Amino acid sequence: MKKAILLATLLLGFFVNGWATNGGPEVDAGATAWMITSTALVLLMVPGLAMFYGGLVRSKNVLGTMMHSFAAMGVMSVLWVLVGYSMCFGESVLGGWFGWNNDYVFLNGIDETVMEGGVPELVFSMFQGKFAIITPALLAGAFAERVKFKGYLVFIALWGIIVYNPLCHWVWAEDGFLFNMGADGAIDFAGGTVVHISAGVSGLVAAIYLGARRGYPLRQLRPNNLVMTMMGVGLLWVGWFGFNAGSSVSSGIATAQALTATQVAGATGALAWAIIELFHHGKATALGFASGILAGLVAVTPAAGVVQPLGAMALAVAASLVCYGALMLKDKLGYDDSLDAFGIHGVGGIVGAVFLSFFIRKSWMENAAALAGGEWTVWNQFGIQVVAVGIAIAYSIVLTIALIWIVEKLFKLKSTDEEEMMGLDRAYHGERGYGMMNPN
Amino acid sequence: MKLITAIIREYQLDQVRESLIQAGISRITVSRVSGNGNQVNTEVYRGKEFVPNLTPKMRIEIAVNDEFAEVTIDAIIKAAKSHNGHEGEVGDGKIFVTPLEQVIRIRTEERGSSAI
Repeated sequence: MKKAILLATLLLGFFVNGWATNGGPEVDAGATAWMITSTALVLLMVPGLAMFYGGLVRSKNVLGTMMHSFAAMGVMSVLWVLVGYSMCFGESVLGGWFGWNNDYVFLNGIDETVMEGGVPELVFSMFQGKFAIITPALLAGAFAERVKFKGYLVFIALWGIIVYNPLCHWVWAEDGFLFNMGADGAIDFAGGTVVHISAGVSGLVAAIYLGARRGYPLRQLRPNNLVMTMMGVGLLWVGWFGFNAGSSVSSGIATAQALTATQVAGATGALAWAIIELFHHGKATALGFASGILAGLVAVTPAAGVVQPLGAMALAVAASLVCYGALMLKDKLGYDDSLDAFGIHGVGGIVGAVFLSFFIRKSWMENAAALAGGEWTVWNQFGIQVVAVGIAIAYSIVLTIALIWIVEKLFKLKSTDEEEMMGLDRAYHGERGYGMMNPN
Repeated sequence: MKLITAIIREYQLDQVRESLIQAGISRITVSRVSGNGNQVNTEVYRGKEFVPNLTPKMRIEIAVNDEFAEVTIDAIIKAAKSHNGHEGEVGDGKIFVTPLEQVIRIRTEERGSSAI
């Protein structure tokens, strides 16, 4: 009897193994568990962002602004299943403009696919889909308090399809041209170029087009709830572990490296910003600390996979300095990037993507040199990074201008004066965020 | 001396303040209030339209010397009327003018017109 059970167990084991190897690589439970966790963490960043942005606007716009983030969860998630994953990770079509694969439509063809690292492709797709959600949500910070809800929905849908998906394909798909540029590709570990630069630059374009909010910059447009903003930035930091450490699509050394870089960059950025403020204004503000966390995290996003902790810290300090300068310059130039989508995400992303070249770990450089068939220097990579960033900026600017023009013509994007005065909450949602002093 | 109390729409406060400042009136007190007027103001929660029995408004209080009373009233009307002061709508609010017996500045103990 014992023998029979043993035999049966052996046979069963053989059968299961054989079946798994025939169907592709086995599922790696550890890597998959971490990727599912990362997916949830990146989704957590979206309500975090809603709180961060929601606290920064005036109370009559708090719901409308939070809805910009939440609406992106709805619109972009659905679009991702429909065409997003296919356009990003399908094979290049139309000269590599974007990707396409009929099997990916509605994610039909990846139901049972396991990727090389042992992660089910559905998990990878859901993880990547979160980046497509948060990017337009970040962008909306540039033109808070003055866009129609309907126009915004159409805008982010089109922006996702025409700007985000192609960029994502170029940078992260195996046959994307930026992925293959130079010896070992343009480095954009977790989305400095794809996410932060594209969102920041497009946001700036939209902010300039829509014009300043009524009363800006003469009147103070004060944040309604900095407590909510602080909690929001806290959630963003936590979520960023999924954002960066999940981008290794594994659970191992690369994950540990990215996780460490993320932590030290957030902390260093915050400290740097606080110190700058102490010297400049004599007071270290809460919003400044929050901005520093963001600047540090944004800068390390493209670099998390290739830099060591010291490099991450250096990038964070640089980002805080440059972003702080960018915000002061904004006041001088007078454009209304309301919640500093460009000032922090755009500028921080550029700083990170370009200057990471000077902090790349040795093993990566040696690998690149081997691939280049001899030598590969920091300056070679610097050149690649500058070109990739330049392409992302130029593409985002041109396509965003075109999109805004179309949406404004067909659906109207800009709020009327009266709607802006009334606030987004009442004008588009018929609700109020707070019951302040309202006896009923 | 007069005490001018104006009840206006919440979101027109900024505009009214600007108009008052243009007319040379900058000393004002503002509070959030709720009340019942002619206006029916609907809000939507979970698909149900709801008419709050009290509508949120802003109350502005301004103490002025007699010769400034009309200037102040005009400045408020111009900015608080809907459609940029051209055409009013139900809910634009009201202005109350009451005689003001005494004004005292606490710091200097001045009284009367000069304390306004």
